[in-house]
Amino acid sequence: MDTLKRAFRSPSFVVGFAILAVLVLLALLGPFFAQSPYAQDTSIKLMKPCAAHWLGTDEFGRDVLSRLIYGARYSLSAGFVAVSLGLLGGLVLGAVSGYYGGILDRLITTVCDVLLAFPSVLTAMGIVMVMAPGIYTPMIAVSFSSIPIFARLVRAQVLSLKNAAFIDAVRLAGASDARIVLRHLLPNSLGPIVVQATLRIGSSILLASTLSFLGLGAQPPTPEWGAMLSAARSYIWTAPTLAVFPGLAITITVIAVNLLGDALRDLLDPRTRRG
Amino acid sequence: MFRYILQKFSFTLLVLAGAATCAFLLLHAIPGDPAQALAGPQATLEDVQSLRRSLGLDRPLPEQYARYMASLLRGDLGRSYRNGKPVASLIAKAWPATAKLALTSMLVAVVLGVPMGIFAAVRRGGPGDTAAMIVSFIGVSMPSFWLALLLIIQFSVVLKWFPFYGMKGASSYVLPSLTLGLGVAANIARLTRASMLEILDQDYVRTARGKGLSRPCVIWVHALRNAAVPVVTIIGLQFGILLGGQVVTETVFSWPGIGRMIVNALIARDLQIVQGGILVLALSFALVNLLTDLIYGLIDPRIRC
Repeated sequence: MDTLKRAFRSPSFVVGFAILAVLVLLALLGPFFAQSPYAQDTSIKLMKPCAAHWLGTDEFGRDVLSRLIYGARYSLSAGFVAVSLGLLGGLVLGAVSGYYGGILDRLITTVCDVLLAFPSVLTAMGIVMVMAPGIYTPMIAVSFSSIPIFARLVRAQVLSLKNAAFIDAVRLAGASDARIVLRHLLPNSLGPIVVQATLRIGSSILLASTLSFLGLGAQPPTPEWGAMLSAARSYIWTAPTLAVFPGLAITITVIAVNLLGDALRDLLDPRTRRG
Repeated sequence: MFRYILQKFSFTLLVLAGAATCAFLLLHAIPGDPAQALAGPQATLEDVQSLRRSLGLDRPLPEQYARYMASLLRGDLGRSYRNGKPVASLIAKAWPATAKLALTSMLVAVVLGVPMGIFAAVRRGGPGDTAAMIVSFIGVSMPSFWLALLLIIQFSVVLKWFPFYGMKGASSYVLPSLTLGLGVAANIARLTRASMLEILDQDYVRTARGKGLSRPCVIWVHALRNAAVPVVTIIGLQFGILLGGQVVTETVFSWPGIGRMIVNALIARDLQIVQGGILVLALSFALVNLLTDLIYGLIDPRIRC
């Protein structure tokens, strides 16, 4: 509670939280006020922003604002799902590696080091190679590139705590390994993990939209922001505004998440905590 | 120093072996028959079986893996499923375009990012620092493909100053290099600022100030020389982001490099090219990382211990 109170005193946190809250509300409540993102009307195609269509219409006469509102669901969920899956994989691997040590630790650490030595877009493309393009492909591909980041972080946290006196006490009381890890080690390591997860959401949204932009993720007519930008490329001479709004939506979302992440890091990371 | 070099070199070999193994496993995890894909839809069952035998695809997986690693060592990356051309020669053709764009983009990133980071650190907490950090914050949050489209709209569609596709003459480098370079410059600026702030807080900088040295002398002679060590690493590490961005930028600007080749091959499911392209980009990245580590070790003796 105290951390949350301090968080709301940080301007970065408040701005990031407010933007993200608006985006989540739009994504959830969009169907109640926005037009259908698939409703076509070719008589009004490629319209400039006007009173009836605030952000104009696309090549099929679909309302750009409505598509952006519906697209928030895909882009936000791509970021959150990819980080959740990556975190889950990283928690399991990092906890096993840090807690048990030995050959398993060396194996997991080496694989993670090797994977971390690649740009994440290459790792993601390797995964896309195995899967067919679709809405879920970017989420899974991006989550794979996050696993080694979380695994290394969780391992470091577990290593720093597993020989602490309170863990020895729990062990002497007869607690099982699973209980020690799940009830004691992981809850006490949450701070840095939450910070990393928040910071990772922004880069995951960027990476997922990049894959969709390249035609390797969500496919038309899905109103995913990266896919919308990809379609807008063909009309850059006749309707350049089409390429402006989806990119702006991605940028604002990533800025909001990064603001939250930076504020949480300042609050929870003792090395960057002021005063 | 020898031990340090050996350690770094072994890790680079491990990374490359890991990349090759991942590529092999991924290619074998894909549903479908590679021999059928290579033979084409018109091939008879006998043709496919004969091709499978000649490619060694009928052999046990460990044997296939050993053959695959041996062929990689010979520089054989297989043949394209679509046109049957050797992947290594296709990559060799695309490589110069990728390398040239990487160099011009890194030049843009360093020329903009390092001075911006130093400027922000020296004016810590002031309006100049805030403005520089807001710009770099937006820079790291902006998708590179959107920046590319905005640059095309402004400089190709509206002003008609630069071409927006292909590699034709010096002017065609401007927009792709700016797209790639600006994103990396934002990262370099943030990290250079952090590194410079750490140096400016050191005792010897305070001593230099205490001795009555002028502000420019303290910054340029004492602080910057020491801040240069982490900045070299930062620049080396940014090469990975640059390579990742290259895939997107080459696609947007129809740049005839490896990045565009990988994306086109992924869409056409020509997986042999995808595998070869990813391996070559991984090799480039690993070699740049090795070079960065070696330079870092050379200029900072503490790292070698």
